[in-house]
Amino acid sequence: MSKQKAVKEPFIHITKKRNDMIWWKAWLIRGAAVLLALIVCAFIIVLLTGYNPIEVYKKMIEGSFATKRKVWALLQGIAMLLCISLAVTPAFKMKFWNLGAQGQVLVGALACAACMFYFKSTLPSGLLIVVMLFAAIVAGMVWALIPAFFKAHWNTNESLFTLMMNYIAIQLVSFAVASWVTSGSGVLGLLNADTNCGWLPAVFEQKYFINVATVALLTVIMYVYLKYTKHGYEIAVVGGSENTARYIGINVKSVILRTLAFSGAMCGLAGFLLVSGTHHTVTETLEGGMGFTAIMVSWLAKFNPIVMVLTSFLIVFLQRGSSEIATAFRLNESVADILTGVILFFIIGCEFFIRYEVHFRKKHKEGEE
Amino acid sequence: MNFLNTAATFVNAAIIQGIPLLYGATGEIITEKSGNLNLGIPGIMYVGGISGIIGAYLYEHSVETPAAFWCIVIPFFASLLGSALMALIYSFLTITLRANQNVTGLALTTFGIGVGNFFGGSLLSFFNESGSIAVITTGGYYKTKLPFADSLGLFGETFLSFGFLAYLAVIIAIVASWYLNHTRTGLNLRAVGENPATADAAGINVIRHKYLSTVIGGMIAGLGGLYFVMDYTCGAWTNNGFGDRGWLAIAIVIFALWRPRSAILSSFIFGGLYIICVYIPGLSSAAKELIKMLPYFVTIVVLVVTSLRKKREYQPPASLGLSYFREER
Repeated sequence: MSKQKAVKEPFIHITKKRNDMIWWKAWLIRGAAVLLALIVCAFIIVLLTGYNPIEVYKKMIEGSFATKRKVWALLQGIAMLLCISLAVTPAFKMKFWNLGAQGQVLVGALACAACMFYFKSTLPSGLLIVVMLFAAIVAGMVWALIPAFFKAHWNTNESLFTLMMNYIAIQLVSFAVASWVTSGSGVLGLLNADTNCGWLPAVFEQKYFINVATVALLTVIMYVYLKYTKHGYEIAVVGGSENTARYIGINVKSVILRTLAFSGAMCGLAGFLLVSGTHHTVTETLEGGMGFTAIMVSWLAKFNPIVMVLTSFLIVFLQRGSSEIATAFRLNESVADILTGVILFFIIGCEFFIRYEVHFRKKHKEGEE
Repeated sequence: MNFLNTAATFVNAAIIQGIPLLYGATGEIITEKSGNLNLGIPGIMYVGGISGIIGAYLYEHSVETPAAFWCIVIPFFASLLGSALMALIYSFLTITLRANQNVTGLALTTFGIGVGNFFGGSLLSFFNESGSIAVITTGGYYKTKLPFADSLGLFGETFLSFGFLAYLAVIIAIVASWYLNHTRTGLNLRAVGENPATADAAGINVIRHKYLSTVIGGMIAGLGGLYFVMDYTCGAWTNNGFGDRGWLAIAIVIFALWRPRSAILSSFIFGGLYIICVYIPGLSSAAKELIKMLPYFVTIVVLVVTSLRKKREYQPPASLGLSYFREER
């Protein structure tokens, strides 16, 4: 007995929670984390600028909601981020770390722009849009299938593979732009600006309506796909344990290939929406870091498409708001990245308190136990 | 002779490009050997660079005539401090709070690039000055060559015309290689990366090894950022100037098969691939963009070939990317 006592008991003891936490408690913790993050951000803002943080937050809200145009711009931002987040979700659920959404979106966008560039005078706009959509989806799919093929057959590390594919895609875009642009500027500019050929039309006088509506529809489809179909179930099993999946007769290879084809196709679709519905041109920075942000959006939402609407709103709101305060208070644009980073750290960290329990060492009285 | 001169210039330029990559790769190898896949390295390198610049700026503006010694030492330690803090954020989240390493790393990169660009772009406005930040005096000291480099002709110009940080990078890589392969703690560290549960059972302090190697790895990577801003750009900061070199450093880790000594040559090769398009005569601007694909393409080929050959010593540390929880079976 006394010998056992001599062993030093650690001050902090961490155990895994036996039961899953009730959902509202988990969300309470996440909410508290966001709140805490906002307070820390406020401190950072005061430290950097000396402005009243409440004024700054007010400015952020104005930046997103002040006018109808700003609201639509916000919606469009959410739609694009959400679309890419939805695209990477099935792969992540399968524990396939696809860090290549950036590349898949870019090749989709490039394929789309190539159609606009080469078929502008041969096809009517409606038909061209269909061809563009098809080309973008195929391009994104191929870009995701290459690493998936090697992962499925030889277990090649997919996160590093897809990461490298991003840069190849970026260089492909640079290559295409450099070979299309003959003037010295080196900038592609709006494609078909005179005819609007291949541009998604405005609906209800809103340029972004089709983008937002498409992504809203995709969210529902993805929710149903993951939750209620056989495919979704297989993805969950493969993600849980590949051996179990094999044991119950799931063909793991074909599930990986199929899921990545789907994932890449959606990234390609996002590329299509970015080119045809938003920018009408292609540049190396077209996706604007959303490929990586999407990973965080999807993960923060625990792969639930409906919750992803919320998380992508949070991120886009922060980024738009931060760039608003950046211009209003004459700060550098990058303040957005700092604030996003801080908030992400808090949300990432708070998961610990949902999954684990912390016990502190209690003082034992002599003779007890 | 003309060809020889061009070749020498190319090798020299390749080495200059390779040095920041080597720092990043060595840092990431040490980190990954403990089982932590730190995708925050690109962000850490930005912070390493900007911390050095801030240190230099504050020092240059606090004294009349900056002394060479402090011009070197202050930014150096400022850079180490900055990147150590970044690595600590990552370590705390992934090791203590057992968060997902990929997500944490990506968030850290977003944060780090933001910090770099924010302070790089607006530090001067805090002091009511305008323009972009530049610390030329300190940059000059960092660029000081070996005194006998010029007297050695072409050889001296090609291989000895660097600031001290370049040599330090090679030394650190060699020391890291020796540490991982020939010391007991290095062996323990590798054990932690391969199978933390076994290492734990053998009495190795897993948590401490993971923390130490991630923070030290981060500090080494941060020096890559410092080299870039002090030596390569002579103390001037341009937003996003560091570019995607951080990701390239992670690619080198694979290319070098997790061996710091191979990382030396690999970094110079990648440095060469990064700029080779400038040295091939008669390329159109479009073809140049295709050539720039090479480093990434080569990395993919290496990745595929190593996974095909399935040789044990060519594989990444077995527990790479997984967080360790003692009570989990």
